[in-house]
Amino acid sequence: MLALLAADQLPPVGPATGAASAAWVLVALPALGALVLFLGGTRTDRFGHVVGVATVLGSFVYGVVLFVQALALPGEERVRDLPLYEWFGSGSLSVEFGLRLDPLSLTFVLLITGVGSLIHIYSVGYMSHDEHRRKFFAMLNLFVASMLILVLGNGFLTLYLGWEGVGLASYLLIGFYVARPLAASAAKKAFLMNRVGDVGLALAIFILFQQLGTTQYTEVFARAGEMSTGTLTAVTLLLLLGACGKSGQFPLQAWLPDAMEGPTPVSALIHAATMVTAGVYLVARTHPLYDLAPTGQLAVTIVGAVTLLIGAIVGCAYDDIKKVLAYSTVSQIGYMMLAVGLGPIGYAAGLAHLLAHGFFKAGLFLGAGSVMHGMADETDMRRFGGLWRHLPITFGTFTLGYLALIGFPFLSGFYSKDAIIEASLGGSLTRGWLLGGAALLGAGLTAFYMTRLMLMTFFGAERWRELTPRRAPWDPQAESEARPQAPEAGHGTRSDQGSTPIGELDHSAPHGYHPHESPSVMTVPMILLAVGSAGAGAFLVIGERLGGWLEPAVGPVGEVSDAVIPTGLVPGIASVLMVLGAGIAYLSVGRKPVPVERPARVSWPVRAARADLYANAINEGLVARPGLWLSRALVYLDNRGVDGAVNGTAALLGGASGRARRTQTGFVRSYALTMLGGSLVLVAALLAVTLP
Amino acid sequence: MSALLLVIILVPLVGAAVCGALVRAGAGPKGDTTAKTVGFVVSLVELVLVAVVWAMFVPAAPTRFQGELSVAWIPAFGTRFALGIDGIALVMIALLAVLVPIVIAYTSFTRSSEASAATGRGGTGRFPDGRGAGGFVALMLSLQGILVALFAATDVFLFYVLFEVMLVPMYFIIGRFGGARRQYAAVKFFLYSFLGGLLMLGSIIGIYVASGTRLGQASFDWTTLQHLAAQLPLSTQIPLFLGFFAAFAIKAPLVPLHTWLPDAGAEAPIGGGVILVGVLDKVGVFGFLRYCLPLFPLASQSLAPLALVLSVIGVIYGALLAAMQTDMKRFVSYTSIAHFGFIGLGIFAFSQQALAGSSLYMVNHGISTAMLFLVVGMLAARGGSSRIADYGGVGRIAPVLSGLFLVAGLTTLSLPGTNSFVSEFLVLLGAWPREPVYTVIATVGMIFAALYVLWVFQRTMTRPLRGEAVLGGGPGAASAAALGGVSDGGLRDMLEDDASARARARFGDLTGREIGVLAPLVLLIFLLGFFPQPVLDIVNPAVSATMSEVGVADPVGPNGVAR
Repeated sequence: MLALLAADQLPPVGPATGAASAAWVLVALPALGALVLFLGGTRTDRFGHVVGVATVLGSFVYGVVLFVQALALPGEERVRDLPLYEWFGSGSLSVEFGLRLDPLSLTFVLLITGVGSLIHIYSVGYMSHDEHRRKFFAMLNLFVASMLILVLGNGFLTLYLGWEGVGLASYLLIGFYVARPLAASAAKKAFLMNRVGDVGLALAIFILFQQLGTTQYTEVFARAGEMSTGTLTAVTLLLLLGACGKSGQFPLQAWLPDAMEGPTPVSALIHAATMVTAGVYLVARTHPLYDLAPTGQLAVTIVGAVTLLIGAIVGCAYDDIKKVLAYSTVSQIGYMMLAVGLGPIGYAAGLAHLLAHGFFKAGLFLGAGSVMHGMADETDMRRFGGLWRHLPITFGTFTLGYLALIGFPFLSGFYSKDAIIEASLGGSLTRGWLLGGAALLGAGLTAFYMTRLMLMTFFGAERWRELTPRRAPWDPQAESEARPQAPEAGHGTRSDQGSTPIGELDHSAPHGYHPHESPSVMTVPMILLAVGSAGAGAFLVIGERLGGWLEPAVGPVGEVSDAVIPTGLVPGIASVLMVLGAGIAYLSVGRKPVPVERPARVSWPVRAARADLYANAINEGLVARPGLWLSRALVYLDNRGVDGAVNGTAALLGGASGRARRTQTGFVRSYALTMLGGSLVLVAALLAVTLP
Repeated sequence: MSALLLVIILVPLVGAAVCGALVRAGAGPKGDTTAKTVGFVVSLVELVLVAVVWAMFVPAAPTRFQGELSVAWIPAFGTRFALGIDGIALVMIALLAVLVPIVIAYTSFTRSSEASAATGRGGTGRFPDGRGAGGFVALMLSLQGILVALFAATDVFLFYVLFEVMLVPMYFIIGRFGGARRQYAAVKFFLYSFLGGLLMLGSIIGIYVASGTRLGQASFDWTTLQHLAAQLPLSTQIPLFLGFFAAFAIKAPLVPLHTWLPDAGAEAPIGGGVILVGVLDKVGVFGFLRYCLPLFPLASQSLAPLALVLSVIGVIYGALLAAMQTDMKRFVSYTSIAHFGFIGLGIFAFSQQALAGSSLYMVNHGISTAMLFLVVGMLAARGGSSRIADYGGVGRIAPVLSGLFLVAGLTTLSLPGTNSFVSEFLVLLGAWPREPVYTVIATVGMIFAALYVLWVFQRTMTRPLRGEAVLGGGPGAASAAALGGVSDGGLRDMLEDDASARARARFGDLTGREIGVLAPLVLLIFLLGFFPQPVLDIVNPAVSATMSEVGVADPVGPNGVAR
């Protein structure tokens, strides 16, 4: 019964024809770019950035063509499949490498290549002083190609390929500044925590294959109803684990803030706009499974609600502009997860917020990068202040992004976030209050931390005038600062040249900060993203434009029923909370001077938030430390126990093995002797059995 | 094709004899150089011949073996010199044919192999006492000939003889051309393998006797013995199975029979390590597939839990120990122990996908390990040490080396898109329906794989320049040592640039020849990552045959499990 229902709701899957029959070019272009830049080596240094930008831009143009083509088709023909070849198969398993072109994947294609192109262009300016800019573009192209495979793949294995591919690109780009010890650690941490999620994804695939004998979307979704509810719950929970790893959701959120060690365009593209939303994509993509597993859906909403609060709370306590934005990303993805966990009423809302967030958060990160560009790579907001006068374009675009994020009326976030809040208020009384309450509380917190960020960066006293830039990204200070508890190691002035006052040998930026606006290659993408931040929400949500477009892929948008608060009141309540949050922020940092040194004596909630709500401490205590002890014990066992027993036995049995060890010839002779003995035994045995 | 099988056994053996003679006759660098060139050419000829065999092989053939050839050897006992290959044997022969020229080229013609004075530290890739590579090449070719014959043998007694004989060239490769503790490692390798061989010998005699009593005519013929399997009761199969299993479990190696491998892997010259871990150890896995399962199906099924437990312990144990290693070559060995655990899981889970995955894993792991060993060798040849702690920040002074190190690492951690992913995923996917608990544990092993690979990469390739091997001694080292205590940005930069330039000049990135040695492996890694099906097509029929010989049905049908 359920099976029939599920199969009925799914639109038919047709073949990809016309312009779509070469859709693999979408992936091939950036992949080719990456290949050329990786293999070309330093020979491609001079034009590497051109190749990088051109290939992604080419994919974007082709994506637009495909989008227009799909718009021309009637709704039920918009889900198309493009099989390419059999990737691998054995027995009943046959894994096809192919693409699925439907409104969901095309939406992501436009987001990835569109925002990707803008960020590529921005990076031309941002990375212009870096001698490894070509390598940077190669990695960024690798990311775009992998991300496109992730969203375009027509089965769970192609998804997995893209899934780990973006993980690799993310790893490479977080660790791009190879000389920074923290960058390498952060990159490794990101990859490992992602792998934890990947285990969930892999196990889900195993179960699907066992149950259905296939891993292709079309068949899995059509026959989802054949599985028992328990199995479906297990599959959806495992998929959720994968989503948590990739999207920085509780309990796997700790890697995302650390990932800010990467260059800022990377933070904007990978760790804000696209890759980290892959978890939301996964839930939306596998909605035929989630729709049949209410427990799985509930888990998604709980994870979303918890994460949106964690992100928002921790975001209030940080002074590092990128980390605040990173926790904001964690929190906003929490909103999206909450939405897609709600089922049909939430898919379109969650994806609308995902797209809007893609614009405004990418814009905010690029703005932060522009600030850093003008402020000698400084990220500590306590050292900023009054910058609006010096970086007017950055300030303008940043403000639009800020207003869109906090849900200022009629900008993007206002529509997309309110839609999520409205959807979360439905269902049972407890559920509606808890989820809706979390979503509303999050809105207030968002306004607080973002207003705090705005005030500390662009307004108030110009605190940087009194300060000297801290240079060298791999400066030991940078490390000790990022780990507040660590003692100030390596702070001495021991050197062969005698002690030199800090800053005197600093050639590039002598004496003080010189904030300046970025070149137009950086500001133009920021302006375009700001326009998107302002308008995307209204465009997508009003009249359910996005909902209608996505219907063939995720089903019709449902109606919110039994909302605990009348949905008509939501915009009003959310706006009141927003004003409240912003007002408190103004009272705390806008009206009194901000100390350059971070206050050490603070209340316990601030301490907890500064320590990421102890997420790292918990990981350390529960996983890392016991793991290390176990490994040490095993090393001891391996050397003393296993090997020792063997060596001991050898000594006991052989007696002469010590002597044999020393003389090679002696041993070979003894070996020959043993061989001879063995052969004699063999011959005797053979004779014994064949003679009679 | 049967004649061709004989040819691909004889070509390397003859080549080995010629190289040996040249080394002896030339008595000096000249003979050595000729021997190396001849050896390389022979290995290339062998590669072409194996490619011809591959082309002639018919995957869909109805018979288990192709190119069968059988000559009476010791008529009194009915032993025959019998050859024939199935898909699994073919891919192993092909793997060997690919790796041997690479190893010879690496050992003979690259900067890493330049026979300069031994540095005294273990495992730098250089040969002790100024020994030339000619002798090494001769031993390598003879090993290849023996291994090809071993994979092609269809007579159990012939297999046993070759199983023992292959130890001899490997023993000399480790013992003559290895690192500081080469004697200890070679003897340990020998003792373990030999002990296993004796146990197998006992079982071989046993099954021979059993065939005599049950069939009236005692035989060593594999096909005959396979038919015998149906008549042997479980109580007879178990002791016979255990003899084979012990020999193969040492060779493969499964925990706790593994401790010879880190020593052998660390002390063997790089090229020897490649063949040792890449191919020679696979004889154990090959043995499980070809001998344990089809000859003792009942015992295989009833003792599968033992093998599975050992395998899964190996996955986790190998990974954790790999993470804790301080020496890169020992690190490679421990990663292999973890990978052998995956292979074991795939074999004893008895499903089409898992068995095919394990068969493919044998090939892929050979390629991955070769890549990792060679890159480690190139690094060690530059720094004069294989200790992890002697390196730091190599990525800044040798970007190509660092990039290829990463590629080797990624295939070791089975990233999708690389060859290893397909085999590892097939193993786990196939094992899941029958052995969910073990599969979950092994899948968690994927996390540890990422940990050990990325940690080593982080310590050696990223971060500021560090370590004696990178910065060297002399005046540069003093300023480099001072770096640790300098917190001032500008001064630090100057010192770093100074140290970096000196280290770059001294260390040097990969040469064209070294890149040429690695290029075929890199190509295979990605080619088999995206297009593994041609190899799977070769392997699948042999796997299906094995499944029916064991007498188990595939747990998952075309539409999933029956409900």
